[in-house]
Amino acid sequence: MESLMSFLTGPGLIISLAVFFIGLAVRLVLYFMGLDWRLDRVAYKPHMSEGMRGGLYSAYKWLVPFGTFGWRAQPFFTICFFLLHLGAVLVPLFLTAHNEILRMRFGFGLPSLPQGVTDVLTVATIIGLFFIILRRIALTEVRIITTAYDYFIIALVAVPFVSGFIARVSSAGSDGWLLVHIISGELMLVLAPFTKLSHIVLYFASRWQLGADYSIKRGGHRRGPCFPW
Amino acid sequence: MPEGQLCNRTPISTEEALKALLADKGGKQYYDEMTKLDVDTVKLWSTIEKTCKTRTKTWLEICAHCGLCADSCFLYRCNNADPEQVPAFKIQSTLGEIIRRKGNVDNAFMRRAMEYAWSRCTCCNRCGQFCPHGIDVGVMFSYLRGLLYSQGFVPWELKIGAGMHRVYGAQMDVTTEDWVDTCEWMAEENGEEWPGLEIPVDKEDADIMYTLNAREPKHYPEDVAEAAILFHLAGENWTVPSTGWEQTSLSMFAGDWEACRMNVEKVYDSIERLRPKRVIGTECGHAHRATVIEGPYWMGRPDGLPPAEYIHYVEWVAEALRTGKLKIDPAKRIKEPVTLQDSCNYVRNHGLGKYTREIMSYLADDFREMGPNREYNYCCGGGGGFNGIGMYRKQRNVALLTKRDQILATGCKLVVAPCHNCWDAIRDLEEEYHIGIKWTFLKPLLIKMCIVPDHLKPQEEDGEE
Repeated sequence: MESLMSFLTGPGLIISLAVFFIGLAVRLVLYFMGLDWRLDRVAYKPHMSEGMRGGLYSAYKWLVPFGTFGWRAQPFFTICFFLLHLGAVLVPLFLTAHNEILRMRFGFGLPSLPQGVTDVLTVATIIGLFFIILRRIALTEVRIITTAYDYFIIALVAVPFVSGFIARVSSAGSDGWLLVHIISGELMLVLAPFTKLSHIVLYFASRWQLGADYSIKRGGHRRGPCFPW
Repeated sequence: MPEGQLCNRTPISTEEALKALLADKGGKQYYDEMTKLDVDTVKLWSTIEKTCKTRTKTWLEICAHCGLCADSCFLYRCNNADPEQVPAFKIQSTLGEIIRRKGNVDNAFMRRAMEYAWSRCTCCNRCGQFCPHGIDVGVMFSYLRGLLYSQGFVPWELKIGAGMHRVYGAQMDVTTEDWVDTCEWMAEENGEEWPGLEIPVDKEDADIMYTLNAREPKHYPEDVAEAAILFHLAGENWTVPSTGWEQTSLSMFAGDWEACRMNVEKVYDSIERLRPKRVIGTECGHAHRATVIEGPYWMGRPDGLPPAEYIHYVEWVAEALRTGKLKIDPAKRIKEPVTLQDSCNYVRNHGLGKYTREIMSYLADDFREMGPNREYNYCCGGGGGFNGIGMYRKQRNVALLTKRDQILATGCKLVVAPCHNCWDAIRDLEEEYHIGIKWTFLKPLLIKMCIVPDHLKPQEEDGEE
C-alpha cells in the first residue's frame, strides 16, 4: 500500500502529467497543422490579424457565463455547465493538497485556494455533473445522441471528484477513497489527450477556427471587429 | 448493379445527357436506378482521406453530444422537436458514420444520407452559432453533399441544376445571345418611360459591373429592367458582361465543386476582361455566397477575395440612399407595418444585416423586426436547394412553418425579401398557408418610391408612338 502510494504520487504522477501535457500539446499542434485554407475555405494566413482577433474573441466570449446568445438561450444547461467546469479547472490546479504533493515531490507548486473555496467548487462540480447526467437521460434531444462513451467520459471526471471529496470529508479510514481518487485522477490525465477530454485544448482550437472563419470570410469588418456571439 | 443510365457518378456535361435527364419527368427512372446504384467505397474513402482534415475530424470527435444545437435548428423546431432532427444526430449518423466505417457503406445508407443532406439541413449554419465548441454542422452537411454527389446520390433537380451550369454556364438554358437580346429588349421596352435608359453590354472600365440570377432574364426580365432603371436614376456608369453574368450556383447546392469552380471562373474572367471598379450582384443570397464568399476558394485565390471589390445589391442600395444618389419621396414611404427577411447567406454568413436595416430606415415608417433576426434569424425554410426538390416538397412545406410564425408574430402583411430563395419560400408559404401577406424584392419598391429628377422624366412634346 505504502509503496503503491509512493509510486502513484511519484513516477506515476510524473508519467500521467507528462502524457497529459505532451499529449494535449501534440493534439493542439496537429490541429493547427491540419488546417487547410483550401479545404476549409478560409484564407487564414493573408488575414491573420483579423483571424486572431475573431478567433480569440470567440474563444473568450464562450467562457463567460451567459456571455453569448447561445448560453442565454439555455439557462439551465449554462448553469450546470459552469458549475461543472469552474471546479473541474480550478480544483485540480489550486487545491492545497495537490500543491503540497507537488512541493513535496518536485519542490514547486501553484498558489492554493482556501480550503473552503475548493470545497464549494468541488460540490458545485458534482452537482453540475449530476444535473448534466439527469438532463442527458430526461431530454429526448440529448438522449438520442448519447452513447456509452459519453457516460464513460462523465465517469472519468466524476470518479476523481467524488472520491476526492469523500476522502477529504471522512474523518478516518479514507485511504481507500484516496487510492481510488489518485488512480482515477491519473487515469483521467492519461486518457485526456486520446478521448473527448481533449476538448480541454481543442475547445480553444475549434472555437478559434470558427471565430477566425467569421472574421476572415463570413463578414469580418462588415459587422464590426468580431462576430457578435 | 453498375451505374444507371441516368443515375450515375458522372456529372452531366453534354446537352444531350441533360435533355435525357430532363425528359425523365420527376426523376422517376432516375430514382428507380438510384435504388440499385453501387457505392464505390474505395473512392469514397480515398476522397475522405484527401479532403477531411482536422477541422471536420475534430468537430466530429469533440462533439459533446450536449444537444444545444437542437433548439437552434428550425427544422427541429418545426418538426415538433423530433429528436432525429437534432443537428448533432443528423451529422453523426451520416457523415460521422461514413467516417467511422471508413467509407464502407451501402446503397440504403447513401440514400438515407441523401435524404438527410438535402431535406434535413439547408446549410443555414445557425447551429454553429449555438455550439459551445463552434461546430458548424451546416459546413459539414455541405461537405457531405459533395461526397454524395460524387457517388451519384443527389436529388434529380440538383443533378440537372449542376448540369445546366456545366452545359450552359447558367442555372437555366439562357445562351449569350438570349441574354444580350434580353438586355436590348428591356432597354427598348422601357426607353419611352425612361428616356436615355441603357443596358450597356461589355463596356470596359465602367464603375460597376452587374451580375445576376439566370432566372431574371429567363422568367422575370422586368427585374433586369428594374436594375437598369435604378442604375440610370442613380446616374451610375455601369455595364453587364455578355458572358460571366450568371452569378448563381445550383452546383453549390448539389455539391458539384468542379461545376462551382467553372461558373465562378466565367464571372471572374469577365471582371478581368472588363476591369470594372467594382461588381454588384443581384438580390440573391446563394449567388452572393457562391461568387463572393466561397468562389475565391474554389478558384484557389489565396487571399480568399474576388478579383475586384464585389458587393451585394443591398450594399449598393444602402450606399445610394446614404449618398443621395437615390432619393425616396417622403410621401411614398411605406406606411403599413413591414418586416424584413434576413438571408442566411449574406446576413449570417457575410454580415450585411446592417445595410438592409439602413435601407429600411429610408423606406418604411413602421419597420418591424422578426424575432430572432439578423445573424440569428431562421432560414426562410427553402434554402440550400430545398425549394427546388420535388421529392422533398412535403418536408419543405413543413419547414416553412417557422417563417410563417415569425412573420405572423410581427403583425406585418408586407415582407421585404431581397433574396430569390427567401422570396420563393415566402411566396410558397403564402400559397400553402394563406396568411394574407405580400412579399417583394427591393427593386420594384424602390422604383415606386424614388424621386425622379426632371431631366430623367419623359418630355411631353417628345412623346410619340
